[in-house]
Amino acid sequence: MSRTAENYRGYNFAYLDEQTKRMIRRAILKAIAIPGYQVPFASREMPMPYGWGTGGVQVTAAILGPSDVLKVIDQGADDTTNAVSIRQFFEKTAGVETTTETEKATVIQTRHRIPEAKLQGHQVLVYQVPIPEPLRFLEPRETETRTLHALAEYGLMHVRLYEDIAQHGHIAKTYDYPVLVAHRYVMAPSPIPKFDNPKMHESAALQLFGAGREKRIYAIPPHTKVVSLDFEDHPFEATKFEQPCALCGATDSYLDEVITDDKGGRMFVCSDTHHCESRRAEGHVGRLGTPAAPVTEAAE
Amino acid sequence: MSLAGFDNPVLDQQATFRAVMQALAEPGRILPAGARVGDASPLGPVARAIALSLLDFEVQFHLAPSLAEAEGDITFHTGSRRTDRRDDAEFAFVTLARDALDLAAYAQGTPDYPDRSTTVIIKVESLAGGPAMTIRGPGIAGTRRLEIPGLPADFAAQWAANAGRAPLGVDLIFVTNEAVLGLPRSTRIIEEAR
Amino acid sequence: MYVAVKGGERAIANAHRLLEHERRGDRNVPEIGTEQIDQQLSLAVDRVMSEGSLYDRGLAALAIKQARGDLIEAIFLIRAYRTTLPRFGFSQPLDTGRMAIRRRISSTYKDLPGGQVLGPTFDYTHRLLDFALAAEGDPAAPVTAPVDTEAHFPRVTDLIAQDDLIERNPPADPAKPVGDLTREPLAFPADRDLRLQNLARGDEGFLLALGYSTQRGYGRNHPFVGEIRMGEVEVEFEIPELGLTVSLGEVTLTECQMVNQFKGSLTEPAKFTRGYGLSFGHCERRAMSMSLVDRALRADELGEERKSPAQDEEFVLSHSDNIQATGFVEHLKLPHYVDFQAELALLRQMRREFTARNSDHHPEAAE
Repeated sequence: MSRTAENYRGYNFAYLDEQTKRMIRRAILKAIAIPGYQVPFASREMPMPYGWGTGGVQVTAAILGPSDVLKVIDQGADDTTNAVSIRQFFEKTAGVETTTETEKATVIQTRHRIPEAKLQGHQVLVYQVPIPEPLRFLEPRETETRTLHALAEYGLMHVRLYEDIAQHGHIAKTYDYPVLVAHRYVMAPSPIPKFDNPKMHESAALQLFGAGREKRIYAIPPHTKVVSLDFEDHPFEATKFEQPCALCGATDSYLDEVITDDKGGRMFVCSDTHHCESRRAEGHVGRLGTPAAPVTEAAE
Repeated sequence: MSLAGFDNPVLDQQATFRAVMQALAEPGRILPAGARVGDASPLGPVARAIALSLLDFEVQFHLAPSLAEAEGDITFHTGSRRTDRRDDAEFAFVTLARDALDLAAYAQGTPDYPDRSTTVIIKVESLAGGPAMTIRGPGIAGTRRLEIPGLPADFAAQWAANAGRAPLGVDLIFVTNEAVLGLPRSTRIIEEAR
Repeated sequence: MYVAVKGGERAIANAHRLLEHERRGDRNVPEIGTEQIDQQLSLAVDRVMSEGSLYDRGLAALAIKQARGDLIEAIFLIRAYRTTLPRFGFSQPLDTGRMAIRRRISSTYKDLPGGQVLGPTFDYTHRLLDFALAAEGDPAAPVTAPVDTEAHFPRVTDLIAQDDLIERNPPADPAKPVGDLTREPLAFPADRDLRLQNLARGDEGFLLALGYSTQRGYGRNHPFVGEIRMGEVEVEFEIPELGLTVSLGEVTLTECQMVNQFKGSLTEPAKFTRGYGLSFGHCERRAMSMSLVDRALRADELGEERKSPAQDEEFVLSHSDNIQATGFVEHLKLPHYVDFQAELALLRQMRREFTARNSDHHPEAAE
């Protein structure tokens, strides 16, 4: 471990050099001014693989200051391996305070979830984005999709979604569900479950999206209209769960399914670990939970 | 005359950027500038801090006539080059009281790349106390009042034209010697000052 | 009672410690030194320098050691390091015509000024395992000849150009600086400078497969190896403040110029066209593959119909980088249980609806 820590000595605050930060910051300003538009930026090679959050990491590194408090989540959890790894990266290179408490954080970097707690105006949510182009699964060519965005020509997307309805009776897209931002650009919200889509709408927090491999940055300013694409006769519906969290009893959170044995046993628990822990700390108890968190002993 | 750069470039640039970022994210809100540097510059300490934080050899800037003297200072500290053409500049600097404001003359971006537009930094005496306008748009919960004194009489018309070019258009950063206020192209003036 | 899984900092730390242990292997076997890698696995070093776009043999050797011989991982280490290096400026264009030749072959002329120089090549070796290598032992010293300091190796393409039978290289335009895709995101269509830069950093296997496909009819363009040359070229740097050019040292390069057919058009007579490949070190396969793909990508410019993968600029340039590719392929092993849960729920719903529909349609069967 000491060898790893040694390696970071000599790097700039938050790893990136100042010229790179300026380039990213300029892109962020454009992204905020043109909500939902994907700004190309000269994404750098980061000391972690493309596809593992290099876009989010670059955005976070470009905005982070010494007084920020950083939270990093992956799949809603602070303790997933990649979240731990990215949090350690910023602890080492920026020395900023980190937290698992959503309310305490000023910058939250996330992969695949929006925290359950309502975000506030002083907070920035940074998404890691694998494929920033919402039209990519319809049209692989950048030259084509760029033109479609320029013309606001989103008929293709509607046709595709309507084909789902014709075939299945509903839209068969459960995550990375496309949204229309500020009445203009169709945007990929990154692979968050569509359960989280409504949280983007009129959020008090600034939302920044970084796609490192695809070299795009985009943004949703606070209090911006974000509408999940739908049809009058088939309105958007967020996923609902049929049971509460087994640990904290929450009925309004996104749940992970956990297989408990090889005989079909399964349970559902909050994917947002901080949400679950704070509910249990407040005394909420689910079917399989105990009042005090965290639990230290496994049962038979 | 040579002016000093930031005491702590890394942190001062970050603070300057964060204030500008927040200003564009919350249009019309008056926010304290992140850092100030070089009171004696014709740019004033806040616009100069923005120049030193966001410009480098990869971008070009334009100076309105009243600020022409700032060229050497900006080039020296940032490596950015001045251009005579407003529609070639990523950043432009203007003094509201002394220069004509013509938003259409700057780079507006293209339909494919609306981001290839100019960000105009406008030096003003004050951000409050002028005739009130009501603005609306992304970054604003409901509506907000904008009271910048000394805007040209045709400002609302120019801004409506800018909005008419959306998603193309310019973004404005108003600065005093202490504060910043952002007006991105996405903001609409819904009630003009009388 | 249920305890949630903790990914855990300790698990990560321990995994990395185990990795270091495995990297070392059996501690009774002497540890490999980076000098040994540099000297004895020199072609691996060349590939890492090329795709890592950083000419530093020592660092490339270190990266290979750290990556346990996984060259893509080593390239990744070099790229990530390279990004952090400050830039002082740009060298003068390298003149491969002044290369100190160690190998130079042409398949278009039997003999030519400077002659054919085989140099250190695997060509014409019989690919038989040399069991003697398993034991240690010095090979015979190479045969030497007196150096002809007057020897001159004009580029074959320049010789062909004397008869005006091959297209001219476009003149350099000082008003149009050479692009750099590491500083500006790639936009399409891309100019040839950016395409060549992309290919020069591209994955050797990807270039090889694409180049091969052009030979099999997917974008056929009738190539001849005008010339392959390998050797040392001086790197010079101009200091405008001092008004002088200084030498920074020399680099080993492999250059391949393919000569391709062009049938001509209404406005232009038939002539040969060029495909260009350049690589750090001795990387002949990648220089050749690159020149085939470069030529294929010039389809639009030369009025050829674009119908094969190697001619498809956006497809080629978007998928050539193995650091991007490996990152995104390997990211699939990261947790995806939130999305998977969303898919599970939908699948269950669709199956319920399917069952309900079928029982509606066949009430007798349902009973």
